[in-house]
Amino acid sequence: MSRTHVTCVLNGDEIDFLCNDYQTLLSALRDELGMIGTKEGCGTGDCGACSVILDGQLVCSCLVFAPEVEGRRVETIEGLAEVDHLHPLQDSFLEGAAFQCGVCTPGFLMAAKALLDRNPSPTETEVRYGVAGNLCRCTGYDKIVRSILDAAARMSDPERQKEAT
Amino acid sequence: MTTTRTGYKWVGTRPVRHDGLDKVTGRARFGADYATAGMLHGVVLRSPHVHARILSIDLTEAAAMPGVKAIITGADLPDIPDETGTGSEGGINFRDLSRNILARDKVLYEGHPVAAVAAVTLRAAQRAAEAIEVDYEILPAVLSLEEAMEDDAPVLHDDLFTLGLDSPPDRPSNISRRRVIARGDLDAGWEEADVVVEREYTTKAVHQGYIEPHAVVAETGEDGRSTLWCSSQGHFAMRTYTTKVLGWEPGDMKVIPAEIGGGFGGKTTIYLEPLAALLSRRAGRAVKMVMTRSEVFRATGPTSGSVMRIKMGARRDGKLVAATAWMAYEAGAFPGSPIGPGVMTVLACYDIPNVLIEGYDVVLNKPKVAAYRAPGAPMAAFAAESVVDELAEELGIDPIELRLRNAVTEGVRAVYGPKYRKIGFVETLEEARDHPHYSAPLGPWQGRGVASGYWFNFGGETTATVSINEDGTAVVMSGCPDIGGTRAALAQMAAEELGIDVHRIEPVVADTHSIGYNDMTGGSRVAFAVGIAVVDASRQLIEDMCSRAALIWDVPREEVEWVDGRAQSVTGASAPLTLEELASGAGATGGPLSATVTVNPRGAGAGFSTQICDVEVDPDTGLVTVLRYTVVQDAGRAIHPDYVEGQMQGGAVQGIGWALNEEYIFDRNGVMENPGFLDYRMPVASDLPMIDTVIVEVPNPDHPYGVRGVGETGIIPPMAAVANAVYAATGKRMQDLPMSPVRVLEALSGD
Repeated sequence: MSRTHVTCVLNGDEIDFLCNDYQTLLSALRDELGMIGTKEGCGTGDCGACSVILDGQLVCSCLVFAPEVEGRRVETIEGLAEVDHLHPLQDSFLEGAAFQCGVCTPGFLMAAKALLDRNPSPTETEVRYGVAGNLCRCTGYDKIVRSILDAAARMSDPERQKEAT
Repeated sequence: MTTTRTGYKWVGTRPVRHDGLDKVTGRARFGADYATAGMLHGVVLRSPHVHARILSIDLTEAAAMPGVKAIITGADLPDIPDETGTGSEGGINFRDLSRNILARDKVLYEGHPVAAVAAVTLRAAQRAAEAIEVDYEILPAVLSLEEAMEDDAPVLHDDLFTLGLDSPPDRPSNISRRRVIARGDLDAGWEEADVVVEREYTTKAVHQGYIEPHAVVAETGEDGRSTLWCSSQGHFAMRTYTTKVLGWEPGDMKVIPAEIGGGFGGKTTIYLEPLAALLSRRAGRAVKMVMTRSEVFRATGPTSGSVMRIKMGARRDGKLVAATAWMAYEAGAFPGSPIGPGVMTVLACYDIPNVLIEGYDVVLNKPKVAAYRAPGAPMAAFAAESVVDELAEELGIDPIELRLRNAVTEGVRAVYGPKYRKIGFVETLEEARDHPHYSAPLGPWQGRGVASGYWFNFGGETTATVSINEDGTAVVMSGCPDIGGTRAALAQMAAEELGIDVHRIEPVVADTHSIGYNDMTGGSRVAFAVGIAVVDASRQLIEDMCSRAALIWDVPREEVEWVDGRAQSVTGASAPLTLEELASGAGATGGPLSATVTVNPRGAGAGFSTQICDVEVDPDTGLVTVLRYTVVQDAGRAIHPDYVEGQMQGGAVQGIGWALNEEYIFDRNGVMENPGFLDYRMPVASDLPMIDTVIVEVPNPDHPYGVRGVGETGIIPPMAAVANAVYAATGKRMQDLPMSPVRVLEALSGD
């Protein structure tokens, strides 16, 4: 079976890979590119563990066919931190104990990033709806919501931002 | 051992967890994240029928398909005697386990594995599985507890004779066991009661709902030795169970624990592991198997659906004087529901003199249940705590006050036998009563409910090693997978003992070939039992280092003490020796600094929780919204309060899901209709408020820092707390879970 050649911008780098036409973006990331940070929890778009940002929009990578990302920008958990410091969301999740088992965490971080990218100072309710597509079975969401609110506060406060870097 | 002190430097603080960075960057490797070069992909062919005899399995076409390397069926697994294991085998019937992993003569639920295939690609394996021809003779199915318990019900197992009856039965049935607990004189108790409430409750099967599906990679060498990479709640148990089912030697299998993406009890047993191992042996290649979410729902977990009838009587002054409970739990296709802990916990919060509890373990054509957080207790508490709420109303006594008047305390004999040691139930009730939440105003269609819960907690077999590196950093090694922050808690206890920074300690979850045996991460045992071993190992190291300092200084051992991570001369004659100095010179004073401790501790302090729930009910849709929620729980001592709160919050929210949304829905043929997260509706962030927590600390005298397990107790009270709140809002007693909008609307329209 011939494979499809796909070129895209992944976490800022232009890359290319081969995939089958039926392969999902999730499978291409994990199985073709070895980027195992994006998780599969359901394969049907119901749990958000595979959340990535595609051209600025939050998507479930299990619902996107890999060839669809030709020429597009894909952001995954592996691109969230900078070389020498974490994204404020990652800092907040660590300090706020926003995960227990951690398997949903990459998806939550990507969903939270997509939320803060378009709404830098969300209310608690906006945060709750912003991550309503992501299931966490461990935390009851309390510490996740608090950590996202905390990250938003850090990112809008230049003093705290300086502290973090 | 029994001394507890205050003024800790690390215990009770909230350091960033050691495995945290890997988990926020996507580097942590969970079960499905392993791969080896040239590995095959395995899939399972599952029964489409709920109850059928397998007449024949034809593998001819499938085996001839391109890329197919191995196919196995039940005929490839050894026959195992019908007996229940002990010790590290943990009360498991391996014949049943083997038959759940691959059906033999009969399939017993939709999704029951019939064959497994390994091929060069996942797609090739799936196509080959589809090409396997199975000829079934469909048998009448048993789909409810009522049906299953009828005298003339179709029987799942011809050799299942009820245990625990007054006289042994003369024919098989679907009731595997009857459990009875009795004390006092019931007639006298009812005579004394001024108010009696009797009600029937039902709950549906619910799934643990971990986000990570089961996954394994197995590689078997030409010499028959094998390696498994898998996520589980205990890799030693995975090895024991897998080799037992295969008839292999445990010593020939190494199990490497992956990070575990949630378990809640559901990853305390095996499903894919022996299939992957045997396929790998047959194919001579590594085999990877990962379940789909649909497979997880249809063939793993869940916990039991139940029917319970509770009757309780109280005097006018609020003293509970008599109670009976009749309980039947679904076991699924093989015996083994959590009816045991169900009957033991149902009335365990209260000191009631006259009691009769009767429980039944019942098989039926549904997936075999697995442990789920405080197995058997939450549904029992739903029933009992609803009755207590009703009694409180009839007596005109505040429901927390009624509980206080009957609460078990230290020295009281539990209904199931032993006397309670030091416990904090009364303290949780008092904290709840005095919490501002309990007296906050409510609006129309809003109501408040409270409920309590009890859980035993567990100790278990444990090995831990603490080693000092040459730079004075330390490694704390255990063999219990870290599901919710136990690495940090163990490191904190070692840091407290050794007197070094918690981040100079690296906590490690070691594989089966790198550390001695450990029971599973379950029973809320890790911070308790592994904590004891880590503290003991740290103290042995300190003793060792003090002796070495004495040797270096040429003074008696008594003249050396350990203070703030340094050996100090009591007389001040010598300059202190730091941990770094002692470690770097260890070769000259007796060799490396390392201590291993094994324990099987008793005295896991019992856990109690009392929870307050406010709801609002939409009278037009029946939708119940949780407005405010407070969890009060006795943790003994919270080593890392963030993760203690996290257990309380997570348990409460799982219970809220159980109360309001979650249920297995079967069609009339017994096929699950909602095997996905869209239709099996677990709570999401927008369904919930913040979950307030109050950590009560009544130290457990049997742990050096006072720890009680905290993982499970939190899920016990929520269903009753929500139901009692719905009653307060609507005047309707909800006796059947879940309290989904349609059921609430039905109840409201009963006016």
